[in-house]
Amino acid sequence: MDELQIKKSSTVYDAVIVGSGAGGGMAGYVLAHAGLKVLMLEAGPFFDPAKDSMQMKWPWESARRGASTPQRNFGDFDGAFGGWNLDGEPYTTKDKTEFYWFRSRMLGGRTNHWGRISLRMGPDDFRGHHIDGLTDDWPISYDEVKPYYDRVDRLIGVYGTVENIESEPDGIFLPPPKPRLNELFIKKGAEKAGVRVLPGRGSVLTEALPGNKDRGACFFCGQCNRSCKIYGDFSSSSCLVIPAMKTGNLKVIANAMVREVLTDASGLATGVSYINKDDMQEYQVFAKQVILGASACESARLLLNSKSSKHPAGLANSSGVVGKYLHDSTGSSAGGWLPQLIDRKRYNEDGTGSIHIYSPWLKNNRKLDFPRGYHIEYGGGLEMPGYGFGGGIQDMNALLPGRKPEDGGGFGASLKNDYRRLYGTGFGMAGRGMAIARADNYCEIDPSVVDKYGIPVLRFHYKWSDAEIKQAKHMQDTFQEIMHNMGAVYGPPEGAETSYGLEAPGKIIHEVGTVRMGDDPKKSALNKWCQAHDCKNLFVVDAGPFVQQGDKNATWTILALSMRTAEYILDQRKKLNV
Amino acid sequence: MNRRESLKAIGLGTLSTTLLLDACKPGDKKLAEQTGVETGAAEAGRMPEEIERNKKLNAEKFFTAHEMATITVLGDIIIPKDARSGSASDAKVPDFIEFIVKDMPRHQVPMRGGLRWLDLQCLNRYNKTFVDASQSQQIQMVTEIAYPKKAKPEMQQGVAFFNRMRDLTATGFFTTKMGIEDVGYLGNAPNKWTGVPPEILKQYGMENV
Repeated sequence: MDELQIKKSSTVYDAVIVGSGAGGGMAGYVLAHAGLKVLMLEAGPFFDPAKDSMQMKWPWESARRGASTPQRNFGDFDGAFGGWNLDGEPYTTKDKTEFYWFRSRMLGGRTNHWGRISLRMGPDDFRGHHIDGLTDDWPISYDEVKPYYDRVDRLIGVYGTVENIESEPDGIFLPPPKPRLNELFIKKGAEKAGVRVLPGRGSVLTEALPGNKDRGACFFCGQCNRSCKIYGDFSSSSCLVIPAMKTGNLKVIANAMVREVLTDASGLATGVSYINKDDMQEYQVFAKQVILGASACESARLLLNSKSSKHPAGLANSSGVVGKYLHDSTGSSAGGWLPQLIDRKRYNEDGTGSIHIYSPWLKNNRKLDFPRGYHIEYGGGLEMPGYGFGGGIQDMNALLPGRKPEDGGGFGASLKNDYRRLYGTGFGMAGRGMAIARADNYCEIDPSVVDKYGIPVLRFHYKWSDAEIKQAKHMQDTFQEIMHNMGAVYGPPEGAETSYGLEAPGKIIHEVGTVRMGDDPKKSALNKWCQAHDCKNLFVVDAGPFVQQGDKNATWTILALSMRTAEYILDQRKKLNV
Repeated sequence: MNRRESLKAIGLGTLSTTLLLDACKPGDKKLAEQTGVETGAAEAGRMPEEIERNKKLNAEKFFTAHEMATITVLGDIIIPKDARSGSASDAKVPDFIEFIVKDMPRHQVPMRGGLRWLDLQCLNRYNKTFVDASQSQQIQMVTEIAYPKKAKPEMQQGVAFFNRMRDLTATGFFTTKMGIEDVGYLGNAPNKWTGVPPEILKQYGMENV
């Protein structure tokens, strides 16, 4: 290798954006369309779903039949490069607590592989302190964010139905897909249990998006998680970054792992330094605005690693809150199968790759032993066989008509026929709930560990409390009642020994809150525009700024807030404030 | 872009529905390669690490010839040829199992040890290994480990092995073109989803749900 040196770019961009997911992508889209010269740095490779998606591949086209790999945690066809463990990029935990940090490394970030579930947060999700005093209010209300949600709906497209439920605000919707057969059984069973079921809300173009010539209407392969070759669903790559590149104003550098934010003697941000993973050389690039959209924890890491005499505790961290208030959604799930569907007739039931039905949280927590709620996502149908097909049949085929309990298992022609008879009978349900943001759930810089690039790594401290564990118990009890009402075959509920099936923190990949916004610079890192209190040309546009996540998945709120911040930047530039 | 234009964009626009289905399936030659082990060398969208990993796995060999022969006989006992489709070995299930134990090392010890357990049982009973035993002896042996609730306590290790072997065989078979046609999966084909067909809604009394 040549002697190591830092290569400094002579260009000064109007803005440099770190990360190309929902937050970075939206900021890049807005700024590039407004004529700013924007540089975007992505730590993974370039990825265009039109060319790189595994959509429409058959299971036999994967030697492992679509099973997961260290590079693709959700399967060999899934559109996510990355995972909870990356080679040479460790993270640590302390005090014997647990946190699993998922990192996507590719253009578009996690938006290539997600479930496209696109829920707005409601008025009480932004301002929930009055309910029980357990959560902090955002410095902004639902009404202030609503216009941006509306514009995200129109720009990107989302299906759903108008329901007029205050806590589950309606959007501007495309028609939702009809339920699959298994989902009709779920709906009937859930409603008998007093759990309301609504058509799903997902960012998939069930009809052509008005005014958009570049994206195709969905053809219902149900494979959104692989990313879509005709851009029929929302990925930041296909819907935001690539269109922004077409303006000629956005340049993307892939495989650029950002090390820190650079600041000048006055404490203002001047750009970022990064390592180019292709040539392993060090680079510095300069810009008038620095925008972090690297993911909640990665953006916190960047800030904490950007120390200077003006920012001794890390950039934007005079309050000491950066890294704190980390919270991921809760998750607990259940599943079973429907004996009524043995020998069912075959038809193409792929549908969309997002939810067809779901249950919002409508119960009153004052009557329950846990403070906040959860929604339920459902699925099931005649799915494409993949790795794991027919697994555990010894526990199922004894329940076929005419069989005795000891007949489970077997081999030969009769077993072969059992696989056919049981195909398409399965279903699943998963709760996704609100976790309370707490200062003592946090990430910080590990004082003694660096990654292979020499960047100090994050150390996590995270514990679930009774609030989340009791919520998971309620999920399990509810699932049991629904499955009973369905006439399904299912196992017993998860018990206290597994905290009622409550997934470990980080496993739901909705982690937020590490660079929280607020009006008080002593208690928050960012103001209500996601602009750093301590550094006026530094912005965070991922889920870091969230004060308190509702039970709703984070993406739609990231998009709305990033659009709002990008337009604030344009406005402030006009006023010559930044 | 409407749906017709969408399909054109992925090169499927001018074909009829039946042809659409075929257009999404790779040709026979490719299929022959893919029922076994796919090389992944020139596949778009694969990262260098993924290609490297597959190459490395494909270059390794885990099972001995004797173990592969045993897996082949067991696979065809689990999923034999019948009127609708071929056997596990017709669908190259043994090749899949060889690959998957390299890909998922957690299968290695239970599979290797389970195969040896089976051979020892057969040697003690029949003075022959499993593959060399007669067909009726093989079936007699398998019957003792194929039904977890009927199996004798001393057969439980065999039950655990056979459960794993049955699961791997089912995945290996029903994820091939032959297996998917057998089970009747009709998706992975462009369409317009308009809900469960009316006659099926009626069959299950779901018209008003």
